[in-house]
Amino acid sequence: MKITLHVWRQSDAKDKGHFEKYVHPNVSPDSSFLEMLDEVNEDLLSQNKEPIAFDNDCREGICGACGMVINGAPHGPQRLTTTCQLHMRKFKDGDEVWIEPWRAKAFPVIRDLIVDRGAMDRIIEAGGYISINTQNAQDANALPIPKPVADKAMDAATCIGCGACVAACPNAAAMLFTSAKVSHLGLLPQGQPERARRVGNMVAQMEAEGFGGCTNHGDCAEACPKGIGLEFIARMNRDFFGAMLKSPDHIPARWKRR
Amino acid sequence: MELKSNAPLIDAQHPIATAWERHRFNMKLVNPANKRKYSVIVVGTGLAGASAAATLAELGYNIKAFCFQDSPRRAHSIAAQGGINAAKDYPGDGDSVFRLFYDTVKGGDYRSREANVYRLAQLSLNIIDQAVGQGVPLAREYGGLLSNRSFGGAQVSRTFYARGQTGQQLLLGAYQALARQIEANKVEMHVRTEMMDLIVIDGRARGIVSRNLVTGALEAHIADAVVLASGGYGNVYFLSTNAMASNGSAAWRAYRRGALFANPCYTQIHPTCIPVHGEHQSKLTLMSESLRNDGRVWVPKKAEDCGKNPNTIPEEDRDYYLERKYPSFGNLVPRDVASRNAKMVCDEGRGVGATKLGVYLDFSDAINRLGKHVVEERYGNLFEMYERITDEDPYKTPMRIFPAVHYTMGGLWVDYNLQSNIPGLFVLGEANFSDHGANRLGASALMQGLADGYFVIPYTLGHYLATATVDKALPKIAEDHEAVVATLDEVKARVDQLMSIGGSRTPDSFHKELGKIMWEHVGMGRTEAGLKTALELIPKLRAEFYKDLKVVGAAESLNITLEKAARVADFLELAELMARDALNRAESCGGHFREESQTEEGEAKRDDEQFSYVAAWAFKGADEAPELHKEALTFDHVKLTQRSYK
Amino acid sequence: MSKRNLAFYDTTIGKKAVMAVSGLILIGFIIGHMLGNLQIFMGADKLNAYAHLLHSMQGPLWGARLVIIAALIAHFWSAISLTLRNRAARPVQYQRKADLATTYAAKTMIFGGIILALFIVFHLAHLTLGEIGEFDPANVYANVVAGFQVQWIAGFYILAQAALALHLYHGAWSFLQTLGANHAKYNHLRKAFSIALALAVAVGNISIPVAVLSGFLK
Repeated sequence: MKITLHVWRQSDAKDKGHFEKYVHPNVSPDSSFLEMLDEVNEDLLSQNKEPIAFDNDCREGICGACGMVINGAPHGPQRLTTTCQLHMRKFKDGDEVWIEPWRAKAFPVIRDLIVDRGAMDRIIEAGGYISINTQNAQDANALPIPKPVADKAMDAATCIGCGACVAACPNAAAMLFTSAKVSHLGLLPQGQPERARRVGNMVAQMEAEGFGGCTNHGDCAEACPKGIGLEFIARMNRDFFGAMLKSPDHIPARWKRR
Repeated sequence: MELKSNAPLIDAQHPIATAWERHRFNMKLVNPANKRKYSVIVVGTGLAGASAAATLAELGYNIKAFCFQDSPRRAHSIAAQGGINAAKDYPGDGDSVFRLFYDTVKGGDYRSREANVYRLAQLSLNIIDQAVGQGVPLAREYGGLLSNRSFGGAQVSRTFYARGQTGQQLLLGAYQALARQIEANKVEMHVRTEMMDLIVIDGRARGIVSRNLVTGALEAHIADAVVLASGGYGNVYFLSTNAMASNGSAAWRAYRRGALFANPCYTQIHPTCIPVHGEHQSKLTLMSESLRNDGRVWVPKKAEDCGKNPNTIPEEDRDYYLERKYPSFGNLVPRDVASRNAKMVCDEGRGVGATKLGVYLDFSDAINRLGKHVVEERYGNLFEMYERITDEDPYKTPMRIFPAVHYTMGGLWVDYNLQSNIPGLFVLGEANFSDHGANRLGASALMQGLADGYFVIPYTLGHYLATATVDKALPKIAEDHEAVVATLDEVKARVDQLMSIGGSRTPDSFHKELGKIMWEHVGMGRTEAGLKTALELIPKLRAEFYKDLKVVGAAESLNITLEKAARVADFLELAELMARDALNRAESCGGHFREESQTEEGEAKRDDEQFSYVAAWAFKGADEAPELHKEALTFDHVKLTQRSYK
Repeated sequence: MSKRNLAFYDTTIGKKAVMAVSGLILIGFIIGHMLGNLQIFMGADKLNAYAHLLHSMQGPLWGARLVIIAALIAHFWSAISLTLRNRAARPVQYQRKADLATTYAAKTMIFGGIILALFIVFHLAHLTLGEIGEFDPANVYANVVAGFQVQWIAGFYILAQAALALHLYHGAWSFLQTLGANHAKYNHLRKAFSIALALAVAVGNISIPVAVLSGFLK
């Protein structure tokens, strides 16, 4: 099939950027979206042009590296699917496809479709862990965890940190990402001692990174390739209010800015 | 060169069960106040790298960690699906440390070091405890206790899992521990940074040269020790289940600086992958081995049935060949056996699918027995992935699967301390050769990566630093030290060379061609003639690469073509060493199947008389043949037998 | 104490909480106000007596008014502050943007809010202060009927109530979500609640101008 692409090209962070049009005359419906882009890139190289830069790695939908906004939807039109797992059979012969990078102040473009998602790592660094050193753990079965609780924690923990929620949100908010990690650890008994501190610090870092706020559109959950739901945002809000009521110290006075 | 394993004494008075404990006691310690004076470089942030960096930082060392991904959380450990083995014996089905040890040595076809594997089996217990302590949401039963499943190559249920995303969850655990240390300013994290070379000074590893993948800047980083946890080299085959950017360059550059490369021919071909469907394909997707717990593998008995809709083929015309040939293990035979049998039935013309390179993995019995909801709960995400890729519904039509390159057991040679023959260079996880012999059992890679990173390196690295300090062998290195400058210059020259060839072929086109050579001649079945052909073709392709490579753009910017070219350049050298090693090893063992060496039933036939050794290759120069060193393997606790899963 | 509130309000979650709580107060007022107004259908005497009763309790009336004014200010303030922040969070817009789950109501909250703000000013001028048209402070019933007999005034009221319904449709489930009320078992009730609330307020409030325009109320 023939596909016409309009791809965002931007040579570096300072460049203004623009769309360029490419036509792929012969796309196999069995190829993945990224394999289609691979072929466009090989073609560009043969014309001595620089290929389209995009993040990708595992191509199994789990590493979270890939991600682009395809016709206005992060990761494209198929639900619960990362860009690398999207296949061309979801498009029709003659389709026009617009490809843009994640757009958010907190995700500056590095080149073409590659953005800097370091803000998400910094949110985790602010408290997305259980403070246990290696060697100190008790026997794994010494702490029974009800299956529904473990399952719910796992639902939250499936987040792959791709950033689609931020890209989809009309406000470029990182609430779904942050709430997934807050909930994963906050649900488990191991996570209780730091629960209040964790949510305060992670929210503070999220705010400092310049993400927008949640206004309950729900686009984030719809775009999430792992199906993480709005319930975790509600849960994080509850945790956050609880933390604020318990102690005023849980939001650091000075947010870490980088 | 004599290769010393440095394993502790093991004899009648010194049992293997106490070896690691005795060894730990004998190792020197670095006192807490002194730890902060040392710096350690960790390359790679997968399970091994992230766990090592986090643990070393917790102890007080100053860590510089590097990954080429945009975040340490994306390393390819994340894609491991099925699970992690541990000899916890929670199900009470007769498991023990010794049994895990035994299964692993046997599964590896008796080509691994007993002492290492025993330690691995012991540490498996600690890993699960540690992971649960970190909040890794491993699967649980309704009673709240951890759940286990069975896996290939074992007759006990010892595999812990988190749905089909065990690697992801364990890696996130390690990543979170790493993030905590980044926050504590004990780890300086360099993302989008690739190791380009190893800096060796006075015979010791003292740093690396890296390339910032965003700016193209080449930088030297100096430290007291270097830890490589850079993964395997399966991508030498172009099509593999590895991530797109997984590469062998870090290990290869260490090899070129003098580190020995051990058993490079040991490649694991995983039996349950989605078959290749076209030329445009960029990678192969694994379907977790855990599927073989409930799925039954079959092909039609008659070649003429292969094109038919599988649901119309009656039971009596199906050949459940694994159950037929291996009644006691059935569909749960180890990976090498399952893969080779799939190849054999396809070679007989009984393969299915458009390419005839595929076998069925059928869940209809499991769905009838357990109900669709149970199958969905166990494998739902895998089934969805299969459907996204193939557009077929595995609940209704049997999956088609075929073997694909998945893991490399070979890697840099290390001793019991996980130290290479270059003092100060430690190698962890898939990047080393240590624990899996000639074939890795399912759910053992996660175990090894974490054992190395969490529980081995913190002791052995400390011992190295303490000893080297006593020996006054770790002087402060200035940034303009001649060896540092020379290494930087060499890397720069290499980058300039790749940029300036000005040919007409893309890195990918060379990579694909190399992959085809390797799959055909150094793949699932290897012959002397085929390997010799590969040894002719690979140098030719390499020469062509340096004549006709095309890289556009600038070296001083983000340049995906240049990144690829540098990795392919190293694969072109590594591939030759793999073929050479495969040619040298004229026996079949595990994942290395020499067609000349098989039993009458077509099983791999080892030659313990001649080949019970680790083949460790030393670099002798770009155009020189490498030199083979042998570390003899002795087996005092495991009886060498012809492996049988019948 | 003040330090804590300040830090809390600095976060977008804090702002949303303020928006949700103030919105909840306003919803309470809207329902009470509507129920009071619907007494118009019980005749002029009933409505005028109710108005008289309210005015006879100056203390509680002003207390309630102050709470409502405070809620309005908090609601506006957090809305403006959040909107500015959210705009800043995406400096470069998408060329194409698909709506995945969001609704017209959710996307127009700020515009609906502006319409409602204008409406409140008009409504106060019209029926509280009596600045528009003839006005008899003692006869609320007559004021309402006379006002709504003017078509454009009735039209503006109807339009504003439609905007209010849309605002409530998103606002009602949104305050539940923001304040953490999300449970898979009961989530369908959130949507039902917001639809019911929006419809009830719209039907109740619009029924008055419609009744006047159609001549049912004279």
